[in-house]
Amino acid sequence: MGEPTTTHAGDDVEQVLGAPPAGELARREPDPRDLLPGLEPDRQVTDWGRSERVEGFFDRTLVEFFYRYWFRVEVEGIENVPDEGGALLVCNHAGALPPDGPMIQRAIREEHPRRRPVHLTVEHFFKGYPGLAMLVPKVGGVPAHPANVHRLLSDERELVLVFPEGRKATEKLYNARYRVRRFGRGGFVESAMRARAPIVPIAVVGAEEAMPAFAQLGVLRRLTGLIYFPVTPTFPHLGPLGMLGYLPAKFRIRFLPPVATDGFGERPWRDRGLVQDVAAEVRATIQEHLFDMLGKRRSVWLG
Amino acid sequence: MSAAPVESRRVLITGLSTYWGGRLAQELEKDRRIEAIIGVDSRDPRCELERTEFVRIGTQHALIRRIIDAAEVDTVVDTRLVVDSIWTSARAAHENNVIGTMNIVTACDGRESPVRKLVLKSSAHWYGCERDDPAFFTEEMSRPHPPETPIERDIVEAESTARDFAERNRDKTVSVLRFANALGPDVTTSHTRLFSLPAVPGILGFDPRYQFVHEDDIVGALHHAVREDLHGIYNATADGVLAFSEVVGLLGKPLLPILPPWGTGTAARPLNRLGLRIPVEMLNQMRYGRGMDNRKLKASGFGFRHTTREAVQAFAEHLRLRPLTESAREPYRYEREVEEFLRWSPSVRRGAAAAGQAPDRSVSSHGYEALEARELVVLLPSLPVDDLAALRHHEAQGARRVEVLEEIDRLLANTEARPGAT
Repeated sequence: MGEPTTTHAGDDVEQVLGAPPAGELARREPDPRDLLPGLEPDRQVTDWGRSERVEGFFDRTLVEFFYRYWFRVEVEGIENVPDEGGALLVCNHAGALPPDGPMIQRAIREEHPRRRPVHLTVEHFFKGYPGLAMLVPKVGGVPAHPANVHRLLSDERELVLVFPEGRKATEKLYNARYRVRRFGRGGFVESAMRARAPIVPIAVVGAEEAMPAFAQLGVLRRLTGLIYFPVTPTFPHLGPLGMLGYLPAKFRIRFLPPVATDGFGERPWRDRGLVQDVAAEVRATIQEHLFDMLGKRRSVWLG
Repeated sequence: MSAAPVESRRVLITGLSTYWGGRLAQELEKDRRIEAIIGVDSRDPRCELERTEFVRIGTQHALIRRIIDAAEVDTVVDTRLVVDSIWTSARAAHENNVIGTMNIVTACDGRESPVRKLVLKSSAHWYGCERDDPAFFTEEMSRPHPPETPIERDIVEAESTARDFAERNRDKTVSVLRFANALGPDVTTSHTRLFSLPAVPGILGFDPRYQFVHEDDIVGALHHAVREDLHGIYNATADGVLAFSEVVGLLGKPLLPILPPWGTGTAARPLNRLGLRIPVEMLNQMRYGRGMDNRKLKASGFGFRHTTREAVQAFAEHLRLRPLTESAREPYRYEREVEEFLRWSPSVRRGAAAAGQAPDRSVSSHGYEALEARELVVLLPSLPVDDLAALRHHEAQGARRVEVLEEIDRLLANTEARPGAT
């Protein structure tokens, strides 16, 4: 990971100070962004618990291997990811232990001219499970709380990746692959509207075949306290490491043109119908592009 | 901020004998705009005060009210809240936090009361620490689950008493400051005790996010609340959120994850017997951590002098120096007759005394400055050259004691004369 993660708060302050105030809020009272904590150059961990060292280690080893050699990721439309300011990346989600999040993070670091870091929203479950609670924040995971997303998008002006399907997507079995589930209650649209940040839809092909789930075992899920307990080609019979037993499917990530959320007037998030419409529209776009990409794909493994 | 800002001139501190009450009184004494400082508590003060007047009463509201009326107190600062259950039993803490706050609020209530402002020192424990918390609490958020530990319940109840008071008395300013965990060379909390151990215990598999606020910033924020007009709730925590492993790393100690992730409370109980007291409200913090957004307080004009990291570093420095400074410190004892003589006897020459000694008793300088010149001279030869040079600079800036400066110069000259000697 090229860029040290600790400097971003500082970058933002510079951007904010350099640019004319964007919203009306900025003109009336002191911009709350100016009051964000400054950066402390000696630190290797951000206020979100993200660690440059740990993230760099995984990036050089596991992520590098999977991104370059195993999934042979190909990226389209990286120019749709904005160069600056907050943006909400919305993606279809799949796989028992989904590899799509880290691959998108890596794709933006690798292909985007600004090499921007991506904050990955994860279930609150990860904060409460020993071991994962230590690891997930260190590699850029942030609990999916609306307040967290808002702070990242609006105040810190970062990129945030959400999977609005949530657990419904990772629980689904192989025969339901590439059928995008309901996008929750549209909470992600509300967050983007409040932060006046654009939504960038992303379609990912390959994750479904990388770790197909054939069954879900309710009893073992309860015994281990995990959120789900899938049966995959390598899990559970190869033990916990079987969770990394991905099949070498070819990955394609397509970033789609951003959907602006600041043109709906004052407080558009109060209009539930509008929120639902935008959510459904984003979902339909992703679904459409998924079918398009699948139609062009000749082989699951070679692309 | 409001239409008619409250000018605080006559301050009553409840809980003068708590650490924070004493520190705040010392701070307010330096503020010439404050005419009168009165402190009440059921125990004797534990720090030296110059012009603060102490009245030894409990929290009986009728008595407090008489003092308020007689002295025309315009500002009441409540520093009594127990926010760390290592100090007292749950019952005593409840008595103090809930019943005590109720009494104090009652004493300030009503249109005819001269009180214009009430400042309550509360705690970030109001928010609790849970799995589904936001990463940064802001003041308008509520806690996602009802409190489960006695201390948290008390704090929630004390704050709701203050809120009811604010609703009844809309003409008065009610400021509630929610402080993060205090850290610094002088204050003792369950966290400073934990960090003073040779290795710091933690919960296996968790690395919570932690915020601290330096003790001087707590006193500063309370003073700020007296000086300015802060309506409502303010989070008072330093900038920066550290991972627990980062905190322990800054202290230069090993992290021992000896508490199991499941059955943590059960495992902590035998440790309590062994003298390693980890209170229940702390266990959740060691598991999930907590972060707060301090921008509202900063926007009101308060500047923190330490970040969380600097507070931890200051504490680490204190831990290293403690073996040197501990013996130099003399415990203060309150002598009523002496204090009364100094304040009221016509024989005391006040102007001269104030000009002559006016010692700056900021506690951060307690350690080194408290050493006598004679004691310092004995210690000096044991220091390495770099430290000597730094110390000379410090001494030249501050106390300028001739014998110390001369001794350092002599030692420095000696080492220069014999290069190679260590």
